[in-house]
Amino acid sequence: MLKYLIKRVLWMIPMLIGISLISFFIMHLAPGDITSTESAFDPKSSEESRQKLRELYNLDKPIIVQYGLWLKRMVQFDFGNSFKSHQKPVFLGYTDEDGNYTKGMIEQALPITLMINVLGLAITLSLAIPLGVIAARKYQKWQDKSITLFNFVGFSIPGFWLALLMMYWLGVANNWLPISGLHSLNYDHLDTWGKIKDSVSHLIMPVVIPSITGLAGITLFVKNGMLDVLHQDYITTARAKGLNEHTVVYTHALRNALLPLITIVGLSIPGLIGGSVISETIFAIDGMGKLFYDAVMSRDFPVVMGILTIGSALTLVGNLVADVAYAWADPRVRRGVARD
Amino acid sequence: MQKNLLYKALANPLAMTGFIIIVIMFLLAMFAPIIAPYDPDAFDVKAILLSPSWEHWMGTDGLGRDVFSRMLYGGRISLLVGIVAVGISTAIGIVLGALAGFYRGWIDTVIMRAVDIMLSIPSFFLILAVIAFLTPSIYNVMIVIGLTSWMGVTRLVRAEFLSLGNREFILASRTLGAKDFRLIFVHLLPNSLTPIIVSAVLGVAGAVLLESGLSFLGLGVQAPQASWGNILTDGKDYIQFAWWLSLYPGMAILLTVLGYNLLGEGLRDALDPRSQSS
Repeated sequence: MLKYLIKRVLWMIPMLIGISLISFFIMHLAPGDITSTESAFDPKSSEESRQKLRELYNLDKPIIVQYGLWLKRMVQFDFGNSFKSHQKPVFLGYTDEDGNYTKGMIEQALPITLMINVLGLAITLSLAIPLGVIAARKYQKWQDKSITLFNFVGFSIPGFWLALLMMYWLGVANNWLPISGLHSLNYDHLDTWGKIKDSVSHLIMPVVIPSITGLAGITLFVKNGMLDVLHQDYITTARAKGLNEHTVVYTHALRNALLPLITIVGLSIPGLIGGSVISETIFAIDGMGKLFYDAVMSRDFPVVMGILTIGSALTLVGNLVADVAYAWADPRVRRGVARD
Repeated sequence: MQKNLLYKALANPLAMTGFIIIVIMFLLAMFAPIIAPYDPDAFDVKAILLSPSWEHWMGTDGLGRDVFSRMLYGGRISLLVGIVAVGISTAIGIVLGALAGFYRGWIDTVIMRAVDIMLSIPSFFLILAVIAFLTPSIYNVMIVIGLTSWMGVTRLVRAEFLSLGNREFILASRTLGAKDFRLIFVHLLPNSLTPIIVSAVLGVAGAVLLESGLSFLGLGVQAPQASWGNILTDGKDYIQFAWWLSLYPGMAILLTVLGYNLLGEGLRDALDPRSQSS
């Protein structure tokens, strides 16, 4: 197991180098010098100050040297400072002489996106598993057919459109839920209960709507897994032993059908992070997605490269955790791994 | 045999429904100049934000343009982007997957590592960054979606080639002296076509959704050219007074994507011998 783990972690190094190459060279797709957009809004910027900027970001050196220098800083978790946003650090913050801590941009945005996605995933799973089980048990009956129909619509609906409609219906027309941000303006003046209520009401739409669009895939996956498992010999054995249907389905079958779900959840991480762009811009939430979108639009290259790299690294870590969890949960893989 | 497959596929009610939806969408887009009652780009200051009526079936937008006409022309863009993007990704996927599955060894390792790397980068981030740094345009959207979504097809083709590679008919023709080129294009590829077609059809559904999302963010098709995504962007700004600007383009995207998904899954059901026996 330990050997497997070490091998698996070592594999991540060439992957990370590949990812960093892609993230780095994307920056160089942009036509023109990076400093030209940086200083375009500043009438006082002279050729001299641009030259200074170029030196600061090592833009005067050959591209391969630039990459090397960037990689060297990245290994130390230093992703540089934002071009915009008052030179805030991209990834981690720092403490100045007075002991004040300035948060890094990703450090600030990442927990928000993670929280929304973890909550969303919890909702997706808690709905998808029962739906998938029902569809498998009532295979080809009306329950299965309506769940299948729901799945097709869920697969096909543009998430941002659903978000717009819900925003209009729940937020604008009926004023039941707030439509932007994570807190109300008067958040600091609320008591504890009020704060909780305020946060929850702000979170409902951004959490629930993306989880509805993600529901279809996982439901289908659980259903197919259950259908496979229910035809296995050990299920027939369990039934032949005279166990009641409930025990057969929920203790014998479901546990095995859910195993591959670990991998699927791991694989869905890049989609979740990427999908946060649209929902966070719609609901004005300052997470990774909106940070990335704003950075892309203002050509804030250090932030773009930082998020691409960290987002991908997160995916790698997520897949690693999923693989290890799978190996731990499945005795067949666990033993196979031990022998490896 | 091919005819038989097509017949089998369209006998499947899912595939048939999807096929009909897509055909209707294509006809509407193709004959847009004939069907459209107004010029899609013509402003009309006397007809700003009119709700749907007999004159304007889907109402008008903030500049007095007829939404129905814009929807028809926008459909051309959305349908085109989906197909061209998937054409690009499928072509790349077939070439790389064939190389990896046929030659195996280090070629396989390199290609599969590249797949792993591409899969671990959140692709929407990648697409967004590339399109924004180049200039947003319909061509860039098609190319970039194509260049970032070939990984699935690559894996699929590779897996098919690996499993077909050891079958008797391949060994036989290899023994008879068939060249690599002939083995790949005459024997292996035609026999892997079914899963490739299914994944391409489902891929178009994904690409249409992606394009609409990008246009919605202002990075796809640029105004004044209409696309379903950018009509929706306008709709967002007017959502309090003009529901029709948001409702119709969303429905059109939903229907088109649903059509492709139904067709893809229907084809999979009809053409996959395993799912038939069960």
